[in-house]
Amino acid sequence: MKPRHKRIAAIALGVVALGIATALVLSAFQKNLVFFFTPSQVAANEAPQGKTFRIGGMVLEGSVKREGVDVRFVVTDTAKNIPVVYRGALPDLFREGKGVVAQGQIGPDGVFRAREVLAKHDENYMPPEAADAVKKAHETAAKTAKTLQ
Amino acid sequence: MTTAIRWFWYASPHTFFPVARTLARWCAVAAALFAIAGLYVGFLVAPTDAQQGEAYRIIFIHVPAAWMSMFLYLVMAFWAAMGFAFNTRLSGMMASAIAPTGALFTFIALWTGALWGKPTWGTYWVWDARLTSELILLFLYLGFMALKAAIDDPRRSDRAGAVLAIVGAVNVPIIYYSVQWWNTLHQGASVSMTRAPSMAAAMFTGMILMALAFWMYSIAVILMRVRCIIMERE
Repeated sequence: MKPRHKRIAAIALGVVALGIATALVLSAFQKNLVFFFTPSQVAANEAPQGKTFRIGGMVLEGSVKREGVDVRFVVTDTAKNIPVVYRGALPDLFREGKGVVAQGQIGPDGVFRAREVLAKHDENYMPPEAADAVKKAHETAAKTAKTLQ
Repeated sequence: MTTAIRWFWYASPHTFFPVARTLARWCAVAAALFAIAGLYVGFLVAPTDAQQGEAYRIIFIHVPAAWMSMFLYLVMAFWAAMGFAFNTRLSGMMASAIAPTGALFTFIALWTGALWGKPTWGTYWVWDARLTSELILLFLYLGFMALKAAIDDPRRSDRAGAVLAIVGAVNVPIIYYSVQWWNTLHQGASVSMTRAPSMAAAMFTGMILMALAFWMYSIAVILMRVRCIIMERE
């Protein structure tokens, strides 16, 4: 082997070893790399107990209720739900049926007391007309499904 | 064997010097044209977003800058590895020339991301996997430049830099896949190789034009910088 080939082999081996090491480290820290827990994970007791953490999911349609300065809503991942109470200003993109991440603690009554609420938007970008068309199509599909039942 | 000889011929700083000048000029012109077209499509042709209104338009800078920041790091690591393996003088110079532009795009991606995050998410910054790994990328670029600047002998400086550049390359796939591997506040990719982009056609066109503008700008600036480094060293 020429010295040049030796060096290439050394680099290739180094990169492979480094890749494996990184994969091991990342899988070991898997829990700490998660930004939020889903309601299903909370239900399965995977979230830290008695500590501040973040939950994430969708704001359940029709669940947002304002009681004075408090806002109550339900975070869902379609499988499990968590009721949330929050006092403060909500971000502009906070909407029913859209993504949300809330930081806080679960109280003894099972209600998540949020200290901070962030909106999580999706990766779809479309003009309002297209969004309306999508919404209408969903409504028509729902109606058809009802009539067929 | 003939092709190999030709490659090394181009790798000689003396033959590369005049070629770089012509290339840089054309790329600079192309960058300006693409940027004008991209900004025109981005601000005047692309429709308003149904959810975010006009705030989403920062995507035309943010996403191309983030792409460039990751891609340039891989190119930098590639040249660093080439220099390490073949002992070509130009490779180390290329890596040195790429670093500042890569750092610039990383900074732009982080900065525009913060400005975009406030009106949409409700915060400038969170420590989620995507944002944190991109910040690490900025530190890698800055660390690479600082390390190279700290060693006076060009050969030793190239070798030290190469090790850091190659090691840091593992961060790039982590940035890219962070939104898939872990729960993050940052949304997933709108554009990928495997499926149709999840955005209106005019928005996608604007983004691609801006990406081309950033590519051309990067090539032009990096070639100019390589010329300066050649003049300095040779």
